[in-house]
Amino acid sequence: MLMVLGYNIGPLLAQGMLGLINGAFYALLSLGLAVIFGLLNIINFAHGALFMLGAVVSWMLLNWIGIGYWPSLIIAPLIVGAFGVLLEKVFISKLYKLDHLYGLLLTFGVALIVEGLARNQFGSSGMAYAVPDSLRGATKLGFMIMPTYRAWVVVASFVVCISTWLILEKTPIGATLRAATENAALVQSFGVNVPRLVTLTYGAGVALAAFAGVMAAPVYSVNPNMGSNVIIVVFAVVVIGGMGSILGSILTGFGLGLLEGFTKYIYPEGSGVVVFVLMIIVLLLRPAGLFGKVS
Amino acid sequence: MEISRRKLLGTVTTAAATTALPMSRARAQAKPVFKLGVLNDQSGPYRDTGGITSVICTKQAVEEFSSLMQGYTVEVVTADHQNKPDVGASIARQWFDRDGVDAILDVPNSGVALAVSAVAKEKNKVHLNTGAATSDLTGVQCNENFISWNYDTWMLAQSTGGATVKAGGDTWFFITADYAFGHKLEGDTTALIKSAKGSVKGSASYPFPGTTDFSSFLLQAQSSGAKVLGLANAGGDTINSIKQAKEFGLTMDIAALLMFISDVKALTLEVAQGLHLTESFYWDLNDGTRAFTNRVKSKTPDNWPNMSHAGCYSGSLHFMKAINKIGATAAKASGKAIVEAMKSLPTEDDAFGKGSIRQDGRSLFPSYLFQVKKPSESKGTWDYYKLVQTTPAEQAWRPLKDGGCPFIKA
Repeated sequence: MLMVLGYNIGPLLAQGMLGLINGAFYALLSLGLAVIFGLLNIINFAHGALFMLGAVVSWMLLNWIGIGYWPSLIIAPLIVGAFGVLLEKVFISKLYKLDHLYGLLLTFGVALIVEGLARNQFGSSGMAYAVPDSLRGATKLGFMIMPTYRAWVVVASFVVCISTWLILEKTPIGATLRAATENAALVQSFGVNVPRLVTLTYGAGVALAAFAGVMAAPVYSVNPNMGSNVIIVVFAVVVIGGMGSILGSILTGFGLGLLEGFTKYIYPEGSGVVVFVLMIIVLLLRPAGLFGKVS
Repeated sequence: MEISRRKLLGTVTTAAATTALPMSRARAQAKPVFKLGVLNDQSGPYRDTGGITSVICTKQAVEEFSSLMQGYTVEVVTADHQNKPDVGASIARQWFDRDGVDAILDVPNSGVALAVSAVAKEKNKVHLNTGAATSDLTGVQCNENFISWNYDTWMLAQSTGGATVKAGGDTWFFITADYAFGHKLEGDTTALIKSAKGSVKGSASYPFPGTTDFSSFLLQAQSSGAKVLGLANAGGDTINSIKQAKEFGLTMDIAALLMFISDVKALTLEVAQGLHLTESFYWDLNDGTRAFTNRVKSKTPDNWPNMSHAGCYSGSLHFMKAINKIGATAAKASGKAIVEAMKSLPTEDDAFGKGSIRQDGRSLFPSYLFQVKKPSESKGTWDYYKLVQTTPAEQAWRPLKDGGCPFIKA
């Protein structure tokens, strides 16, 4: 069998594939964070909790009202996004003029409250969420068995990530939004309602987190702690990619998933820290991140 | 009469002092209060296997025993150790030094339990563990202020591991939580596999806590060619491992070495059916366990007691029996004296039946190997286990001589 650096190529390919799947979640989550930070300058620490809320809402939709996975993929992000809009209106909008730290503390508090309430309601063992019938089964790839659902996760998140990037970079709405963050007063003078635009952007970033949550529900159990496990890694992804860089967060998300996947194969004990080791190296060599602009 | 401010203040102070005096004398004559501190994970991965249900079961014991308390009362306090040994140890210190806690119960997470056990010994208080698994607690790390109530890694390895090996599973691959508990469970099971002439093909230790995706380790397990996947982990990690093993079509037998009934509920019977697991308590085991569960289930309807929770009930009852034996004054003075009294008394209650506590602090009860029911066999939520095998108390636990407990040699 073909060898790379003393390792069989088969298992390496398999680990790479698994890494990409996890990377898909990192990319989706860091994308939302990057949108919120890049356009609103808010370090949204509640992102993990909102990811969890996406999964929990999809579980509630299924078990309480009988709404299945596919409609949930739209409805749950809408519900959680609406919650985000409320959050922005009531709290976050008051903080734009203050230091980043205030936003971080506020959203961190929100995360603790949301997670605490969920734990109180649902416990910590988690709830099962079945894979939708149409995505059940698995395909033999020769070097591994690929569950259909996981393949779907990679494809769907890739499409969502690229669409988001295109909307922000290549459409008039995206252009207006970027302009508004550069000079709000000027854009407002053109008749654009900037505060509403900003609120909706926060809502959209939150909806992205919730979308990732719905995607994650069948893979991991729906668990009130699922967000806090992933949020720190996702922040590292954003820092490595360059705070606020949309494309950077997407590429870094998938890339770090791969790196983590290989580490799990070569030295499993190190898989929890490898991302942070890389983060330190990047911060030392390129403080603005791999894709960030030096201001 | 004119009353000056100074006079008024003086009168009020004297009045307060005179009324306070008899009160403080009354307090001196009041019954001593013993405090049981339930210290466990109330917000993380082990919340459901311990958490608030452990507190409820401890309070249940106090309530049931209240008429039998001879000249003392008992209070229950509780705290969250967040699975951090330093947090656990500092709460223990604060409880012992400042809050007058006499015994700490539950303490899941072997790392935290080892830390708390050292503090309890230093302060001469009691650590009554029902939540941590490492058999080192009654082995090389044992002390005279410690009792382990309901399970340990050796007993789990012997029961679940032993049954798996007996059924032909002689080659293993482990997925192990990278801390004291995971390594001890893997070690105890490995010793058993080797003694049965089996072999271990490999293992992957993953960072704990914080790992949610186990697919990478599952693929490594599959490609190792081993027949059995040994899960040396617990709680949410075990749930995710099993769930993802099904997803990736793993063809190996799965030995979930530590699994609780709440894990089965979270997995659903559809996924968990057929798995073997070991507990020393199950609500539907006999009349006693059913009676106990009936008394507490309305207080914890979403999380019926498992062996850890039942251990808090049973251990607290026995703790109070020991106080009755040596008297409240002697018990207040020395945790070691309470533990000695607990060891000298046979145990008996609804949850665990009759049992005893060995010199090294190991409680001796039978262990039960269960198989998870098929959905068609279950009558509803919580009706999950079929009893496969009972290991009597004499065989269920590591023999005293093999533990290496230092004060036993002395």
